[in-house]
Amino acid sequence: MSGTASVKTFFLSRKDVVCILILAVVIMVVFPLAFDNFRLNLVGKYITYAFVAVGLVMCWGDAGILSLGQGIFFGIGGYAMAMFLKLEASSPENTKIQSTPGIPDFMDWNQLTALPWFWQPFHSFTFTVFAVVAVPALLALVIGLAMFKRRVGGTYFAIITQAFAAILTILIIGQQGYTGGVNGMTDLRTLMGWDIRTDHAKYVLYFISCLLLIGCVVFAYWVRASKLGRILVAMRDKEDRVRFSGYDVADFKVFVFCLAAAFAAIGGAMFTLQVGFMSPSFVGIIPSIEFVILCAVGGRTSVLGAVYGALLVNFAKTTLSESFPQLWLLGLGALFIAVVVLFPDGLAGLYRTWIDPRIDRLLGRAKPEITGSIPPAELTETTR
Amino acid sequence: MFSDYSLGDLGSILAMQGFAGLILFSVFVLMALGLAIIFGQMGVINMAHGEFMILGAYVTYLCSELFTNYLPALYNGYFPVAIVAAFCASGALGLLVEWVLIRHLYRRPLDTLLATWGLSLILQQVYRSIFGAREVGVELPDWMLGSTHLTDTIEVPINGIIVMCITTAITVAVYLLIFRSGWGKRVRAVMSNRTMAGAVGIDTERVDRMTFGIGCGIAGIAGSAFTMVGSTSPTAGQLYIVDTFLVVVFGGAQSLLGTIASAFTISQAQSTLEFFTSGSNAKVLTLLTVVAILMVRPQGLFTVKVRR
Repeated sequence: MSGTASVKTFFLSRKDVVCILILAVVIMVVFPLAFDNFRLNLVGKYITYAFVAVGLVMCWGDAGILSLGQGIFFGIGGYAMAMFLKLEASSPENTKIQSTPGIPDFMDWNQLTALPWFWQPFHSFTFTVFAVVAVPALLALVIGLAMFKRRVGGTYFAIITQAFAAILTILIIGQQGYTGGVNGMTDLRTLMGWDIRTDHAKYVLYFISCLLLIGCVVFAYWVRASKLGRILVAMRDKEDRVRFSGYDVADFKVFVFCLAAAFAAIGGAMFTLQVGFMSPSFVGIIPSIEFVILCAVGGRTSVLGAVYGALLVNFAKTTLSESFPQLWLLGLGALFIAVVVLFPDGLAGLYRTWIDPRIDRLLGRAKPEITGSIPPAELTETTR
Repeated sequence: MFSDYSLGDLGSILAMQGFAGLILFSVFVLMALGLAIIFGQMGVINMAHGEFMILGAYVTYLCSELFTNYLPALYNGYFPVAIVAAFCASGALGLLVEWVLIRHLYRRPLDTLLATWGLSLILQQVYRSIFGAREVGVELPDWMLGSTHLTDTIEVPINGIIVMCITTAITVAVYLLIFRSGWGKRVRAVMSNRTMAGAVGIDTERVDRMTFGIGCGIAGIAGSAFTMVGSTSPTAGQLYIVDTFLVVVFGGAQSLLGTIASAFTISQAQSTLEFFTSGSNAKVLTLLTVVAILMVRPQGLFTVKVRR
């Protein structure tokens, strides 16, 4: 393997750099040139889902923890941003027809006369940005500590995170006066005086999402190349051996769960900014499990695969459900089954088996070079 | 709010609310029994369990339609036929699904979760195409309607009593099947040690298939009972699946007694709380408590001691 040694000092191999650059070019040059504003805004929405998928690759693909509650973190991130935007949109001048001016319209409809205490800090943008990442990460920390310290994992963890997703949805829908209920928070207008509803603003927000996504992808690569990343994979494959080697397995699991939560929350916040509303339909069980399928289609062990998976599945969803609404659910169901039974490594697995060796041959390399990333591992069979 | 009621009224309300909880409990138990057999005994997470239940409900609906149109004289007796038909239909679908899909995934429990979720989406769409997206209801024969008065202020619906009788019968049957029959012995042997069970000549694959089939069949019966208390729609199963999983996990996955006890606790807590606060708050409080208890005691209420 000539050449690898010199490149390995940096956490990205030459090949990784090329692949990330290709992704950057696709989403930041090709898409803006190829699509009109409406389609680009849709892609922007898919990009925000990709954040969640990248988090799931770390959490599920690498560490073997299947979370069916990523919608919680996506939702909390999105709601935090929506609360700030909503407060800005409900200035006393804008809401002077209400019986209590200066509070969001849905509070007024629900006979609230003052802003609840937990809404107060969201007047500050700095606090909001902090809360977008910190609140979901803190929640993940609490859930993670409670579960992993007691060595609850695998299927139990999946079911309990799913229950959390259900609880949060019911709570948001039930507490209409505080959260906007089933309609969510709508009619978001400006971000610090900057109108986010114009085409230009959506264009700018799209590029900000792309840059953040590339940042998250690079960060994920960095974690995976570090010793921590190796321990995560080791833990997935033989948890007991890692524990007997003297590592506290729970700490690593908690960390990676929090990381995945933070990624999902960033996605949620960008979603709110680009789409202009947030509702419980992005929090519950169904979106949470759809995030998992994005990750599974792209390849649960490949960060870039998950990004492409998120884009492709959602393209397919939009196209199919526009023309054949009946077929979409059948297609999605079949996709779940096919990915699990036939292509457990998703798109990335297909790429590694079929395309990657050909590219290598084309470039004149005799054998495929071993990259810095994690090799295609066999499936995790040992998650209790 | 309580000053308007006398003490006797409050007692009656509590009793009737408790009875409503008992009906919910019965449906929970029926659904959770099938799930507990499949999850507890086989380790397979069947997210399509709700759809198997709905299949039973639709079969019951079809039966009642058949009887109305062709055998109106025998309409009073359609329900027993419907229960058997629902069990057979859901059980047969279960056997098919096990053979086509599940048996390839036994060593990957998390993947069974995803695959059966996909299956549930497909089944929902199929139901929607066949029966339409609207809810369908079954017309109950006369003897199932109405309610009996226990005292002047307490009255209980008859269909609720029937649902509870079915639940009791099925629970006893499942108990006998698992703990008193040869088949149950083989199931328990395979669960505690698959390799050894195979070594002493038990056909483990066949046991797996039958277990899955029977679990799904019981879900079908649950669906049949469900038609008496609610109306059936393609997505009704999904509403119950998370609750039911919590019931099974909360009770301790391998213990039948635990499943019944936790179904009782959860349904009673929920229906009693519903009276004091809004429905959504009652649900949130119940689920949060269950999750909190599970965090302290992840193995559930009752555990079976197994050497691993």
